[in-house]
Amino acid sequence: MKMELSRRTALKGVLNGMAVTVAVPFLDCFLDSNGEALAATGAPLPTRFGTWFWGLGVNPPRWYPKNFGPDYDISVELEPIRALKQKINIFGNFNIPLDGNPNLPHGTGGPSIRSGAAPAAGGRSPGASFDVLISDVVGTRTRFRALDASATGDSRNSLSGRGNGNLNPAEGTAAGLYTRVFGPGFRDPNSATFTPDPMLLARQSVLSGVGDQRKALEAGLGASDKRRLDQYFTSLRQLEKQIEVELTKPEPLKACVVPGKAGESRPASSDIDNVIHNHNLMADLLVMALACDNTRVFNLSFNQGASGLTRQGSTITHHQLTHEEVLDNRLGYQPNVTFFVNKIMESWAYFVKALDSVKEGDRTLLDNTIVFAHSETEFAKFHTIDNIPMMTAGSGGGRIKTGIYVDGGGTPVSRLGLTLQQAMGVPVDRWGSKGLETNKPIKEIVV
Amino acid sequence: MVDPVSASGSLPAVTLTDQLGPVVAMRRLTESQYRNSIADVFGPEIKVAGRFEPIVRPTNELISVATAESTISPAGLEQFDAMARNIANQVIDSANRDLFVKCTPADAKQPDPNCASEVLTPIGRHLFRRPLTVAERDAYVKIAGNAVGPTGSFYDGLKLSLAGMLVSPNFLYVVERAQPDSAHPGAITLDNYSRASRLSFLLWDTTPNAALLDAASQGRLTNQAELTAIVRRMVTSPLIENGVRAFFTDMLLFEKFEDMTKDPMVFPRYNPDVANALPEQLLRTIVDLLVTQDGDYREMFTTRKTFVNRALGPLYEVPVSQSQGWVPYEFGPNDDRAGILGQAAFLSPGEAQQGRSSPTIRGRAIREVLLCQAVPNPPGNVSFDEFEKKDNKAKPTARMRLATHSENSVCSGCHSITDPIGLALEKFDGIGAFRAMENGAIIDTTGVLDGVTFNTVAGLGKAIGANKAATQCVAARAFEYATGRTNRDNDALVTALEEAFTADKYRFPALLMRIATMPETYRVPSPKPDAGSAKVASLTSSDQQGAKP
Repeated sequence: MKMELSRRTALKGVLNGMAVTVAVPFLDCFLDSNGEALAATGAPLPTRFGTWFWGLGVNPPRWYPKNFGPDYDISVELEPIRALKQKINIFGNFNIPLDGNPNLPHGTGGPSIRSGAAPAAGGRSPGASFDVLISDVVGTRTRFRALDASATGDSRNSLSGRGNGNLNPAEGTAAGLYTRVFGPGFRDPNSATFTPDPMLLARQSVLSGVGDQRKALEAGLGASDKRRLDQYFTSLRQLEKQIEVELTKPEPLKACVVPGKAGESRPASSDIDNVIHNHNLMADLLVMALACDNTRVFNLSFNQGASGLTRQGSTITHHQLTHEEVLDNRLGYQPNVTFFVNKIMESWAYFVKALDSVKEGDRTLLDNTIVFAHSETEFAKFHTIDNIPMMTAGSGGGRIKTGIYVDGGGTPVSRLGLTLQQAMGVPVDRWGSKGLETNKPIKEIVV
Repeated sequence: MVDPVSASGSLPAVTLTDQLGPVVAMRRLTESQYRNSIADVFGPEIKVAGRFEPIVRPTNELISVATAESTISPAGLEQFDAMARNIANQVIDSANRDLFVKCTPADAKQPDPNCASEVLTPIGRHLFRRPLTVAERDAYVKIAGNAVGPTGSFYDGLKLSLAGMLVSPNFLYVVERAQPDSAHPGAITLDNYSRASRLSFLLWDTTPNAALLDAASQGRLTNQAELTAIVRRMVTSPLIENGVRAFFTDMLLFEKFEDMTKDPMVFPRYNPDVANALPEQLLRTIVDLLVTQDGDYREMFTTRKTFVNRALGPLYEVPVSQSQGWVPYEFGPNDDRAGILGQAAFLSPGEAQQGRSSPTIRGRAIREVLLCQAVPNPPGNVSFDEFEKKDNKAKPTARMRLATHSENSVCSGCHSITDPIGLALEKFDGIGAFRAMENGAIIDTTGVLDGVTFNTVAGLGKAIGANKAATQCVAARAFEYATGRTNRDNDALVTALEEAFTADKYRFPALLMRIATMPETYRVPSPKPDAGSAKVASLTSSDQQGAKP
């Protein structure tokens, strides 16, 4: 496999954590003639799921297309996604019935969308988020069940968790994300040689020894503590799984181009330029983590709900601006708030493009992925939580239709969570609680 | 008798021969408890490198309460596993090996169950905060032996087995177990080892030392007289400072400092050194008053005494010391600063409002954090239309802008309980630096708290100290911190605690002493319905055949 070496050498220097595709024809032999499955095993190319969160909504009249349906028109704030719109769905008019629960400013929208239940109090998610439920189905065969990252560097900025006060902590730096995925333990799927690390075998037996203590620990445990212990042992199994994956020679993956190192992060700060820089580094690394099949589920947050983003030299945060900036009568919107909205949409487009630039056979990585993007308010100035802007990008290997602006008609937002779970193979026909309970998937996008 | 305060004098390492009682709580170790435990068990030179899965604070609760509900995610356990292997490598590494591995294996390339047991049994007792059961000891010896196969090294086997202990739920969680309460037939109370953990984490923020574990093994912590004597010595130990720091770190929401950033162009006097110094200044002030001086808790809000380092000099506009370290500093009697409310750590708001001061957010923090009074959230459909014209020259100060709230009945209900407190702090900007004017207008700092008026920070501090809610709040929080349970339904207990605190002249160590010796602290509220079937781990006496693998 001399070519393998030359290929790696050729790529060296071209890459700096960027998702770059370099055509290396001989590797195509790993795919079947349709480019849709791995030739060696016949297993279909993996389907991935992820979320992309941003805080503080949009200016609805400037963001939503004018007309529902396929081939929607692009409004000014969605301009960055124009080239990709056939692969992106827009969702409008989906609501969050509160059923007596409070509308916690910036605290209700995110958890309601993700867990299908409106939180009664702040600080914690009312139940498992649906990305976790999806990872339980599609994430069990990869090294990481899911990867979580936060571009603002705040590891608590996460909407992913199993409820009960648990929150999946997010990686706050690109370097941390790089080390976790591509550091020790990473196996290049396209490497000619594969030597299992004997230490891994030993670690495997250690973890199985720890797992053997389960029975003794469970004796005399109350129900809620038993559930928590169950979660611990689920995590332990994932750790064992990780070692198992590292002990197995991976399938070659043409799209996997191992980044040489993480790009230079800027210090975690509220300055939007730094956040964009760090977001793009994280996006590139996540894209490669997917292409190298180290995970099939991810969660990336651009900013927080009550976003502390600032522009250099200004005392006022994005969040303060949403409440305090005057609606410009001539323009019809808040110009300084809109600066942030535009930057966020550009970053979203960057992420989608990064996924779309990786070829997997005849398709792209984006085509084999569903990314669900959403905010936590519709119009932050008034904390409105109906009609919260939401999108999907990619079809998950043809599991959903794309290029459509869907009218929710005032139905519960949980329909999206239900639809996406079903698309990703979660056996569920009814999801959510109280007014958010639904058994009606979104027909417009169901294949 | 072994002195539980001195770390020396341990009984020989033994396995547990008694039955383990039913588990009544599992509290996840906090980051500082984890770090302190590792430093105490293995030495301060062992580095703990890694990221800790955060324990999410429930609204208006202590993180300490959330530990009893906290779970460990796959990503969190992955980090704990990496830390565990890293720690185990350092401990068994040749440089430190002699401290922990007293025996020599017959063949360093082969398993040696006897030597492994000799090493792992005492370490296990410290990490699990009780002796290992025979089954556990045998399991870890077996793990060490199995790992020799792939690695070819007895010492690598030890490392891996030790790493296994460090990711065990028995280490990552403080597992609290109960036994029948001899004083109250039918009731159950925490057993001796669980009490040792409670005491040690409450008072010293670390794992129980050998002497305390010995006291537990002798049953002394369920004996009221012995318990009182031991607590007295712990409260008067210098290590009490760690416990007091950890408590106020939790009560005063210090996690906000982890993510706080300020724009250097707007706040040139704010930098990472300042950011690190802010919580430390606050803790030094508190520890000096409450521990070193054994002072009155209420003076925390009025004291002029604090500490500064070089980083803080420019922020406070005080002479900068030549030295790098912390030096005592006392503000003058007429200085605008007094008490912890006058410190930048308290005045710097969180991320969402980082740009400037907010009397509403500061007033809310005083209500919620210091007085334990929950302030409702603004309504979701809140309109800022009236408030937003902040650049209006007619309303240069926050007081004038906030006056809008009192004209609107929807707003005034809540703002009347927050703003009049926070307005007294308006002479301090978004990072807590002094200013006399805002937008060219003189700042009026007149304020009112529950009918008491003031126009200085010292006046506000005095009003807080004199407010029963403040002393009741800290007493209730301390009890919650000790037990990991909220006790808001137990008015009688909170009242009794506050009365005791009053009788003790509001000395905080005395409050901790009360709590640590109260039977209520260890009483298990009402047994969980399914916890009754107290199945016990299968144990055998350590001197039976199975003892020596």
